[in-house]
Amino acid sequence: MRCGREWEGSLDIVLQLVLNGLAVGCIYGLVALGFVLIYKATELVNFSQGDLMMLGAFTCYMLVVWYGIGYWVAFAGAVAVVGLFGAVLDAGVLRRVLGQPQFAVVMLTIGLAAVFRSFASIVWGTEIYTLPTPFSAHTTRIAGVSVSHEYVSIIVGTVILCVVLYAFFTYTKVGVAMQAVSQNQLAAYYMGIPVKLMCSLIWAISAGVAAIAGVLLAPVSLVDINLGFIGLKAFAAAVLGGFGSIPGALVGGLTIGLIELFSGAYLPAGFKDVAAYLVLLIVLAVRPQGIFGAVGRKKV
Amino acid sequence: MRFLFKTSYAQDLTLFTDGVQRNWYLALLVALVLLPWLVPAYLVDISLVLIYGLCGLSLMALAGYTGLVSLGHAAFLGIGAYAHVYFTQDLGLPWIVSVVLAVALTSATGVLVGLPALRMTGVYLTIATLAFALIIQEVFTRWDHVTHGLKGRPVDKPVIFGLSFASDTAFYFLCLAFLIAGLWVTRNLLRSPTGRAWIAIRDSEIAAQSMGVNLAAYKTMAFSYSAALMGLAGALFAHKIGFLAPDIFSVLLSIQFLLMVVVGGLGSLHGALFGAVFVAFLPVVISQARDSVPGWVGSGTALLGHDLSSAAFRAADRFVKQPGLEPGIFGLILVLFILFEPLGIYGRWVKLKVYFSTFPLYKQATFKRQRAYMRSERLR
Repeated sequence: MRCGREWEGSLDIVLQLVLNGLAVGCIYGLVALGFVLIYKATELVNFSQGDLMMLGAFTCYMLVVWYGIGYWVAFAGAVAVVGLFGAVLDAGVLRRVLGQPQFAVVMLTIGLAAVFRSFASIVWGTEIYTLPTPFSAHTTRIAGVSVSHEYVSIIVGTVILCVVLYAFFTYTKVGVAMQAVSQNQLAAYYMGIPVKLMCSLIWAISAGVAAIAGVLLAPVSLVDINLGFIGLKAFAAAVLGGFGSIPGALVGGLTIGLIELFSGAYLPAGFKDVAAYLVLLIVLAVRPQGIFGAVGRKKV
Repeated sequence: MRFLFKTSYAQDLTLFTDGVQRNWYLALLVALVLLPWLVPAYLVDISLVLIYGLCGLSLMALAGYTGLVSLGHAAFLGIGAYAHVYFTQDLGLPWIVSVVLAVALTSATGVLVGLPALRMTGVYLTIATLAFALIIQEVFTRWDHVTHGLKGRPVDKPVIFGLSFASDTAFYFLCLAFLIAGLWVTRNLLRSPTGRAWIAIRDSEIAAQSMGVNLAAYKTMAFSYSAALMGLAGALFAHKIGFLAPDIFSVLLSIQFLLMVVVGGLGSLHGALFGAVFVAFLPVVISQARDSVPGWVGSGTALLGHDLSSAAFRAADRFVKQPGLEPGIFGLILVLFILFEPLGIYGRWVKLKVYFSTFPLYKQATFKRQRAYMRSERLR
């Protein structure tokens, strides 16, 4: 990630930036995917998505370092725990505010995010941890570009996850039922689909995806309680792709990741941190429905 | 139960519904004036309540009355604070001129943010204001010339027309005066056609539009008014904390302002003030609880024997000394209010008042929440 000032427009550095940007963008894309899944199904915008990611990373860290469980088992364990937590959250808390104004939901999830962060700082402390993984500190040099295995693991993990999710939503009965719920809850209910259960399952998937993003990100950005603030940049990704579009979330995430790294390398200091938000504001001002969104008029 | 019998149209224009209400507010004013001599120890905290009250008014006008939820109000507060400090200390302008300029500047920024916001609805606006606040925070960090960056810059005590407001009591009265002025303007604005248009926009944008309300104009107006109040609060806030640094105006502060209007009660000016009291005093209460709770736990478990009791004492002590506990408590309170009392403290207050005014005949069903169903807000 450190590319410094000594760029000479050489191809190597550009390639390096593209690789790292894609890896970071994958994380944004995955978190944005979580937003979009929940938004499509329940029309709730979950401001605590980033903190679910943080919980996933911490759970995996705890399983690996405190209990000495193998990385892959711990990975699965963390995803399962956070996924289950997401389902419980939906069934216990979020379902009660359905039908309330959007504002109530925004405030509720912001409150939940604060509670999660506080919980993490009480249980795991405020230190910064490193999660040991099988790919830590390995690099391969391909054509002058040093390819860090951690970044490759993020990209490969995202691709696998996307294929699995695509297959799940297209070919399984539950996946198709979830699509139906996302399109029209009432019609889905008439067709005999258990809408509430589906919503909870979508929350579980979304929280699980966030946990996967957290565990994949952990070796690169270290684990601490402020990991959740990545969720804010993922908003930019989700909005860029059009809030209701799953491919849009991923494309938006990759775009934001690339823009962020390139602006860090070629623009004055300070732009790297706000590039995502600048893009977000420009997109909202110019094309509020995002790249993949559809234009429409609200019915009264 | 008292019924108000209106005999002239002039009664509709009065600020207070009747003499009784006016007398209660006068009594409150007298109490506030006497406060510095009643509780001198808490005066600094109470000044903060008054400043937060202005912030609450600002966000209440925007979120509670116009229905535009902003997660970026800390940025407006920061702009007001930095502008005021820059104008008074670097340019040497008189205090009043500087405050007016700071308010105008913040208000203009509000318009700038509000204009693109017109194209967005609901949660997009919240996200956009959040992005704006994060960008502004970065600007505060980088613009060394004005803000002195991460080093922060100290703020002098206010001096107005040669009079120093350095003492706590004088500063308290300064804040009180501005809060009352802010309340008076906001209250009058809200019962004018402007305020009614805002409320119409909140309740249904499309209905308001078809009634002839110019959405763009009124939303921009709400944004700039809200930002102006925030700028005023910012100028006072700068003097209150005495030292400006970019990380003060973080997203967490914006969330605290939203917490203020939600906990206080959306859609009422009382709510803004209740919320301000709540948000300003909760940290004080928590820090006092930090000292006393382990003792309670220790004596509460004394029956279980000395070893268990002291273990419980140590566990409770370790728990309450956690630095991350406070935001968690804020979050938990927010969650509980949204789930169980969406009308906030003001809602409770109204229920209490109705209970006493209809004493033996109070029916709980009066305030029973209607069952709400999900209505799609999706653009189709």
